[in-house]
Amino acid sequence: MSHTNTKYYYPYISPYDPCNPIVKKSYPTPPQLYLGFQPPNLPQFETAKEALYSGTLWPILYDKYKKHD
Amino acid sequence: MWYYEKKLQYPVKVRECNPRLAKYLIEQYGGADGELSAALRYLNQRYTIPSKVVGLLNDIGTEEFAHLEMIATMIYKLTKDATPEMLKEAGLAPHYVNHDSALFYHNSAGNPWTAEYIQAKGDPIADIYEDIAAEEKARATYQWIINVSDDPELNDSLKFLREREIVHSQRFREAAEILKDERDKKIIF
Amino acid sequence: MTTPSPMPPEYYELLDEIQAIDFVIVELNLYLDTHPQDYDAIQQFNNSTFQSKKLKKEFEKQFGPLMHFGRSYSTYPWQWDDQPWPWQV
Repeated sequence: MSHTNTKYYYPYISPYDPCNPIVKKSYPTPPQLYLGFQPPNLPQFETAKEALYSGTLWPILYDKYKKHD
Repeated sequence: MWYYEKKLQYPVKVRECNPRLAKYLIEQYGGADGELSAALRYLNQRYTIPSKVVGLLNDIGTEEFAHLEMIATMIYKLTKDATPEMLKEAGLAPHYVNHDSALFYHNSAGNPWTAEYIQAKGDPIADIYEDIAAEEKARATYQWIINVSDDPELNDSLKFLREREIVHSQRFREAAEILKDERDKKIIF
Repeated sequence: MTTPSPMPPEYYELLDEIQAIDFVIVELNLYLDTHPQDYDAIQQFNNSTFQSKKLKKEFEKQFGPLMHFGRSYSTYPWQWDDQPWPWQV
């Protein structure tokens, strides 16, 4: 089973709910929840600029966020 | 002692004059889980926590002031030269009549910042877990602001700030392990 | 008094490089706060600090002091309060 940081759940939908129901709800569980105590010598982004633009020096801690409309 | 450096931690670019976004961003300026609360919370906890984690609180607290300055820059740019009419349309008339376009430490609903936002229990475990929760709450707030913002350049800076919350949370989680003093057992290979 | 002229592209380029190297330093600093025994990370921290100091010297020669309270030098007249401030650029 492949691991994903996005988790899902299915809330009860009442026939009397006024808004168009969102059947499948999602929430992020970012990487800091899984890493544990960071081991030494993890791979780093290749350049300082890449690290800056990612917001972290270590790809394992990078969590891409996609805007939800 | 602190020194100021005449640069932002990360570039802040704003595409359009959009005071409505400034109204949302105020949440991270003077709100409960905002950058001011974060900076003051960590720096205040330094005095009464085991010395093994004082450096971390000191340094994350200091970085939060750099984030506060980024948020201030966003608000400043989004409202600079906006007319009273534009501010009114953005729902900022109540802010305008009290502050003109001056920044003020309140949240996006207009409630002034209060020390109640920052917890200090004096119990190291309670305080560090508070800090982890604060980082997750700030991360969530950035997500919600990104979702309502349609300025891609602003969102780039907001995504940087969201990622910083993740890294800070990671370090505080490590600090909790250090406080449990189990660290050496875990890293024996 | 007139409006100060906008900063040239070199200002943004050099600033970007400084922001990048200083970011690596912040990341290593926080990491070392919880990993004080990591020899490689300390070495990288020191190398990055050396790089940063070099870049800032170059930047300050062209665009004036980055820091106050004796952490940067000033030419005549006093340059510290020159525009632009970081939130203005």
